[in-house]
Amino acid sequence: MREITLSQAVNEAIAEEMRRDPTTFVLGEDVAEAGTPFKVLSGLVEEFGTDRIIDTPISEPGFTGIAVGAAMTGTRPIIDLMFGDFLFLVMDQLCNQAAKQSYMSGGKLKVPLTLRTNLGATRRSAAQHSQSLHALVCHIPGLKVAMPSSAYEAKGLMKTAIRDDNPVVIIEDKLMYQEKAAVPEEEYLIPFGEAAVLRKGRDITLIATSSMVQVALKAAETLAADGIEAEVIDPRTLVPLDEDTLITSVRKTSRAMVIDEGHQNYGITGEIASRIADKAFYYLDAPVQRVGAMDVPVPFSPVLEDLTVPTVDAVVERVRAVVEGRLHDVA
Amino acid sequence: MAAENKDDCESYLHIYSQMRRIRAFEDNANQLYLSGKMQGLTHMSSGQEAAEVGICEALESTDYITSTHRGHGHCVAKGAHFREMFCELLGKVEGYCRGKGGSMHIADQDNGNLGANAIVGGSAGIATGAALTSKLLGKKDVAVCFFGDGALGQGLLYEVMNMASLWSLPAIYVCENNLYGEYTHVSEMAAGDLCARATAFGIEAHELDGQDVLAVKSLADDLVARARAGEGPFFVLLNTYRYHGHHVGDINRTYYRSKEEESDWKDNRDPIALFGTWLRKQKIATEKELEAIDEQVQADAKAAVEYALEASYPDLSEVDMHVYAANA
Ligand SMILES: Cc1ncc(C[n+]2csc(CCOP(=O)(O)OP(=O)(O)O)c2C)c(N)n1
Ligand SMILES: [Mg+2]
Repeated sequence: MREITLSQAVNEAIAEEMRRDPTTFVLGEDVAEAGTPFKVLSGLVEEFGTDRIIDTPISEPGFTGIAVGAAMTGTRPIIDLMFGDFLFLVMDQLCNQAAKQSYMSGGKLKVPLTLRTNLGATRRSAAQHSQSLHALVCHIPGLKVAMPSSAYEAKGLMKTAIRDDNPVVIIEDKLMYQEKAAVPEEEYLIPFGEAAVLRKGRDITLIATSSMVQVALKAAETLAADGIEAEVIDPRTLVPLDEDTLITSVRKTSRAMVIDEGHQNYGITGEIASRIADKAFYYLDAPVQRVGAMDVPVPFSPVLEDLTVPTVDAVVERVRAVVEGRLHDVA
Repeated sequence: MAAENKDDCESYLHIYSQMRRIRAFEDNANQLYLSGKMQGLTHMSSGQEAAEVGICEALESTDYITSTHRGHGHCVAKGAHFREMFCELLGKVEGYCRGKGGSMHIADQDNGNLGANAIVGGSAGIATGAALTSKLLGKKDVAVCFFGDGALGQGLLYEVMNMASLWSLPAIYVCENNLYGEYTHVSEMAAGDLCARATAFGIEAHELDGQDVLAVKSLADDLVARARAGEGPFFVLLNTYRYHGHHVGDINRTYYRSKEEESDWKDNRDPIALFGTWLRKQKIATEKELEAIDEQVQADAKAAVEYALEASYPDLSEVDMHVYAANA
């Protein structure tokens, strides 16, 4: 099968959906001729013109609000938010306006919009361009949240997001834009709420999101050499969350670790760990482990920044401790 | 304007030297990046020196500024040292922010620089808050908010300008219009009259050639004095140009601006060259004297870079220090 980059996969998904549905359009900063700073949307303006690939001023709350209104009245906007850190600027429009329309109207209004943005540290971009803020939006009922971890997922999830009748936040790992994966030529969609079991194993379940999926897979490879077989699961969407797949796996392996690049405090790792504790408690041989980003703003200094993100080594070490029953020695 | 006395001459030479220092800082920072010695995102302010120096020369070190992602120039102009600045850009512990901020968050606490900011328009509230402090505590400090034309898109700016005007705060909003926000021309991002945004709130607004350092300085002298006297806020629109790409990686620029436009600004409107010519014409300095300043500045920059390259990174234990301020 052909291989394309995550960036190309997103580009293809948007182009295909824009061809399919003339009410779909893109709104964001430097999306047209510049094709975004990461060049993800390059070429779209040539095909769809500036009426459908719309450059905005640097007015995130404003254009997000406009997208909400446009979505409520018969279009399918795709908002391009240049950095995930700018979610803070659009929170009111996204969470107070978009997320609540369906419910507040007793199901009479809908907001079919997609907001695509990114996460991820270690680009030396410091505290306001490196955050992984998906937990914030996961907290708000009415929003769906997709987190692709490969070009294949990025394409399939983006197409589903655009067709969804709800506001969907889709968050890409900005360090993976140039990573290639096998992506079919023919059309496919990835349904929301279906986790992917990326590696089978019997000793522990590693549940990893987005940027941390590669970390989990590499850790699993290292562990396999020691005879520890880790099962690796990517939930793909955090809202809705495919609890069944996660719980079934943990009941089988009897150990679990959740790995996510958001801050560990009050975050994704805590939420998923608690669901496992609820539904697989009697099957567990060890406390569910949480591995998140350090609870500090992302520092610029490279030597410090590298400490803040979960690494393969840290995951391997922790898994060994869990499996060998040495957990409380390292805690 | 002519040089009247010795003090004036010294102040002119200081202005020249400060502009030179910014240019030298940026040239060195660019080299550090291109040679792979510096990581991350960094934005050069070369070409905008007259705006930065013209304003900051009118300020005391106790006055406040807030800066932007393109913040090295403001930092130098407000009195920062090369050594601590280069250390910060390289993530070293002797940097102004102990390496935690980097290029986009550099701040100089001793000179009233409340910091660069990686959120466009993100410092408009901070600058206005500093002006409110000055008023509430009965101080005479003025707060200057530097921002780019792109920040005119941010609603926060309009909320705070409204309050600053309602409350007569000693704030000066300085928009450096370098014609582009990233890869988009200002005409595609800001509708209508730029200064009218301020006058609509009853804020006195001035537009001027941001490449003419003396014009900027003399307007700033006047507005700063009036802001101290309680006549603020003010709005200043400075027309200028950035010579480099939006950030150091923006090399191929012809799809959004022409080479001719770039060379027109560089060859005919360079703020340092223009001011150098003026200094010579006024017989304030000879060509030789200006060259001596240039050489000194280059040598200072080189020494600071060498120092910073050898300097230590923070101890790893610093990673979770400073998340919260220690209660006094
Ligand atoms: C809120 C926000 N939106 C977008 C960006 C990305 N961004 C960084 S600089 C920039 C352009 C800013 O233009 P301008 O204000 O004119 O400043 P200049 O770069 O010209 O100095 C953009 C869009 C950002 N940092 N913050
Ligand atoms: Mg600009």
